[in-house]
Amino acid sequence: MFQIRIHGRGGQGVVTAAEILSVAAFVEGHHAQAFPSFGSERMGAPVVSFCRIDSRPIRTREPVMEPDAIIIQDVTLLHQVDLFAGLATEGFVLVNTSQSLDDLGLGEFGRPFQRDRLLTCPATEFALEQLGKPLPNAALLGGFAALTAQVSLDAIDSAIRQRFEGTTGERNVAAATAAYRFITLAKEELTHAATD
Amino acid sequence: MLRQIEGSRAVAETVALCRPEVVCAYPISPQTHIIEALGAMVKSGSLTPCEFINVESEFAAMSVSIGASAAGARAYTATASQGLLFMLEAVYNAAGLGLPIVMTLANRAIGAPINIWNDHSDAMAVRDSGWIQLFAETNQEASDLHIQAFRLAEELSVPVMVCMDGFILTHAVEGIDVPEQSVVDAFLPPYEPRQVLDPADPVSIGAMVGPEAFEEVRYLAHLRQLDALERIPSLAEAFAEAVGRPSGGLLHAYRTADAETIVVALGSVLGTIKDAVDARREAGERIGVVGITAFRPFPGDAVRAALSGARRVVVVEKAFSIGFGGVLSTDVAMATHGGPGSLRTVIAGLGGRPITRRSLEVMLVAAGQDQLPPLTFLDLDHAIVERERGRMTRTRRSGPSAENILRDLGTVASRIG
Repeated sequence: MFQIRIHGRGGQGVVTAAEILSVAAFVEGHHAQAFPSFGSERMGAPVVSFCRIDSRPIRTREPVMEPDAIIIQDVTLLHQVDLFAGLATEGFVLVNTSQSLDDLGLGEFGRPFQRDRLLTCPATEFALEQLGKPLPNAALLGGFAALTAQVSLDAIDSAIRQRFEGTTGERNVAAATAAYRFITLAKEELTHAATD
Repeated sequence: MLRQIEGSRAVAETVALCRPEVVCAYPISPQTHIIEALGAMVKSGSLTPCEFINVESEFAAMSVSIGASAAGARAYTATASQGLLFMLEAVYNAAGLGLPIVMTLANRAIGAPINIWNDHSDAMAVRDSGWIQLFAETNQEASDLHIQAFRLAEELSVPVMVCMDGFILTHAVEGIDVPEQSVVDAFLPPYEPRQVLDPADPVSIGAMVGPEAFEEVRYLAHLRQLDALERIPSLAEAFAEAVGRPSGGLLHAYRTADAETIVVALGSVLGTIKDAVDARREAGERIGVVGITAFRPFPGDAVRAALSGARRVVVVEKAFSIGFGGVLSTDVAMATHGGPGSLRTVIAGLGGRPITRRSLEVMLVAAGQDQLPPLTFLDLDHAIVERERGRMTRTRRSGPSAENILRDLGTVASRIG
């Protein structure tokens, strides 16, 4: 089982992101479960959503306490929420930011993690370019596919198109693709840096 | 066709396949998505003929459902928590009049303190109202139970409540198969009312009944529930034949054949319990699970048979009777009266507190060593309780406990579990 936790703020599409991810996993023939953190739904309040992907039916209903991957939609949560609770050092982290981990004050924090599993992605910028709106969901899911290889970009695209029809869907797909390329490139650069 | 959809969506689509003629509800979380979806289907014309009636309260929602059902319409509504309490008088009336309304209860805690999260306090508050209460373990079962509920309700002229855990099921997106219309039509015949308000053949429904006959009318309601104990398993069999998967029935037993310890519970927590039980099995414990689907009528004989081989029974409940203890436990104790084993009650998941596999396993280890007290509150923060008790001892005007405890805890927005 692969467990994902998504952190963001009310209105950023945290719940939608987990749902789309679960649909992408379903499209690829996996069992998947997505659910929100059941909080009061207020704009701007910290919100958490969860997604599980497995080859077997998923029975558990507990929140994801020990995630394999964390997606952070909003870096302002870094000082408010225990975002990394339960994450093992072999876990994946994708942070929506155009800053570096050092800029965010996460340089020291990140050292125990595998370098190519703790990556930043300017998902909001990709969203602004493609959608004209700061909704980083689709881009983060594209980035997640590149980071973890748990689902393919095709599956993410298919799930996005199921959720958003027409032009909105295509623009979100474009944002996801841009982020996918960005993360793929970032991983390649880290691989080269390691071999150099 | 299997689709990855939200539990509420699946229930709404399934209810629509049951061809309700009147849907009347008042919005309340976590039931809202179901009713919104049905409202949209009526408006778009995809659910027709059906009237969606907006009302000003839950009391009106159930009252309109009663009127619609008495006029011969297949009536559906949904509610939760305070909404159910607000319609309570009408809930009893629907059962007392024998009107086969189907209602989804998206289980949620009851205030005060106000809390929108899941537990089973609402369902337990109407335990004795005369409604049949079926609890869904998964969204697939929640969806399937609605189809069986309409047939069961209409065959017996008893209202049926399908209980599904609020948020945990209603807001979860997972693989769910909603059957084809033709399959539902074949399983669920058109509603043939036993009593109907028809201007061409006038009757009155809702007579005042005095001491001369009240007990008999009530006893008849009891007999109809006992009839339901017979019908529920046969309907589940017919459903499995028609749809091709098991769903419903009185209870589900899991790894109980050689079990010394059996955990009993209602609803979606059974999934997490099964994972915990599998882990304890791997550690060598002989342990199993009985999930009760039909809470009312309570399947005493089936529960007794399912628990007959166990030395220990642990009932995990998402509600409790304040000042006493378990509610489901009491029924299980009555069903197994004089049985060989010990019975332990574990109250868990109140007001949406996550029931984790880890906490369940720790509890089950203690149970296996006969170290579990008769009544346990899972993951209770004793320090916080003692702090407030101390405050109440020291100060007469200690203030509202809920607010005091929240202040003690500090920010809660940072919590994940």
